[in-house]
Amino acid sequence: MSDDALRIDARLAQDDFMLNVAAGLPLNGATAIVGPSGAGKTSLLRLIAGLSRPDHGRIIFKGETWCDTHAGAFVPAHKRHVGVVFQDGRLFPHLTVEKNLLYADKRSTNPDSRYAIDDVVGALDLHELLQRRPQTLSGGERQRVALARALLSRPELLLLDEPLSALDRARKTEILPYLVDLPKRFGAPMLYVSHNLDEVIRIADEVAVMAAGKIAAVGPLAATLNAHGALIGEDDAVIVEGRVEELSKSLHLARINIGAGVVALPAQEALSTGAKVRLRIHAKDVAISLSAPEGLSIRNALKAAITDIRPGADPAFLDVKLAIGGAPLIATITRAAAEDLSLREGQEVYALVKSASMQ
Amino acid sequence: MTAPDLAALWLTFRLAFIVTVILLIIGAPIAWWLATTRSRLKPICEAIVALPLVLPPTVLGFYLLLAFNPQATLGAFWVEMTGETLAFSFAGLVIASVLYSLPFAVQPLQSAFEGVARPLMEAAAVLRASPVDAFFSIAAPLAARGFLTAGVLSFAHTLGEFGVVLMVGGNIPGETRVVSIAIYDHVETLQYGEAHVLSATLLFISFAVLLLVYAVNRRPAVHV
Repeated sequence: MSDDALRIDARLAQDDFMLNVAAGLPLNGATAIVGPSGAGKTSLLRLIAGLSRPDHGRIIFKGETWCDTHAGAFVPAHKRHVGVVFQDGRLFPHLTVEKNLLYADKRSTNPDSRYAIDDVVGALDLHELLQRRPQTLSGGERQRVALARALLSRPELLLLDEPLSALDRARKTEILPYLVDLPKRFGAPMLYVSHNLDEVIRIADEVAVMAAGKIAAVGPLAATLNAHGALIGEDDAVIVEGRVEELSKSLHLARINIGAGVVALPAQEALSTGAKVRLRIHAKDVAISLSAPEGLSIRNALKAAITDIRPGADPAFLDVKLAIGGAPLIATITRAAAEDLSLREGQEVYALVKSASMQ
Repeated sequence: MTAPDLAALWLTFRLAFIVTVILLIIGAPIAWWLATTRSRLKPICEAIVALPLVLPPTVLGFYLLLAFNPQATLGAFWVEMTGETLAFSFAGLVIASVLYSLPFAVQPLQSAFEGVARPLMEAAAVLRASPVDAFFSIAAPLAARGFLTAGVLSFAHTLGEFGVVLMVGGNIPGETRVVSIAIYDHVETLQYGEAHVLSATLLFISFAVLLLVYAVNRRPAVHV
């Protein structure tokens, strides 16, 4: 499609593999690039940023040719108006946090600077850190500063290369909200490289799935991941999008409408009624019943149709694919159970959802 | 100290200072290129830069003397530009010393630049710093100790030069008569007292300068 904001057709031979991508990315909001390690995610990001050159190919961003090996055109990194947050932060060690931010601010040439340095410092809660040296910051603080610095170069495209992977769980939880919120607030489309699906589900709207140096699929997050999860070792879970319908404070429960029905799940503190959420439902947390269940502790029973039955990874189990309304679901059950219930394709059953992680 | 000896000392310091400034200016780009290039010419250039370390000063001096000859290209060019000959002049001494001390400037700068991580230069690039901007704003400050080491070593090495000076400069008071030549003269004429004074001065200065380098290099690269 020619109306994609970023069109990239490039080949690059690396030491141990070949990057060979041909894809268009519409760049609506946040796009995640997911794939197993070694799939070429970081190499792709470096090509887009102008930090490396393809052996052959073209990169076109919003009608501007960034690279065309055939025509001998190459726009160097410092002229691409791209912001990058690296895995390791890469703050300048000889400058304070404030000077690191000013370094970006001073060189930002975008005339319509929609925000000032104070806006970014405030949004990322950096006031207390301004006079510190990068070496004295925690990993989480460092990445917050790195994100602020990238935003202050007022990029037209923000690239994040696994910005959270070096952080522990607590630090991740500390930064994630900023990542969800800020690119939208400061108005730059974002490409987010990660191999952590929880992060991706939380942050991204669209996804590009990479495997073995190629972009295998691009599209809306839930549909694309559900269809191509096998490429990234995620074929044992599905992502279902829904909306918070009701919150029960006393029961600590959120009722979430997923289109074909309503599931009740433990409520997280940050939820509000009407909010869009994504549920990640693992196959092992889904059971099947032939009739509407009674007297069970599992509360979520959804009418479903069996679309496919296939052997699971373990020979004792079967993966049963279900459709609830338009959304897919997978249940892992034993062969014995499948025989007892004499399940077959097309059959109407009830899917019992024991739990789901909410993002 | 006698007036001619003071003049020799002053000339030596003037020479060392000028040579150091020139070496830092031309040594930095050479060192940056050597630190960042992937060119196949790199080992050849490194070998050329390092030559003065192993070459007898008389060999370098001999070839320079040939080049400084007013009939030679460089020598003729110089005569045309300035009206003076390069051989046995202060300018000739500066050129000879720059070549002779080149590795003492380039090598510390090169290793300092190699220590300035490429990732930081990439970070500067995506913040829209041009390569020249990134060199002055990131690489140079982070390599500050390399500049200090290079400067001090170039200075100290030029102070102690003898063979090359003798070949291309001779022994003209106030023009090419540096301390090491003056000491040699004193010893030749058995003026051991004068030789002692000059030698001790040079010994003390050289030690102080090296002490400064090593003391500074012990400190962490960046203050916390």
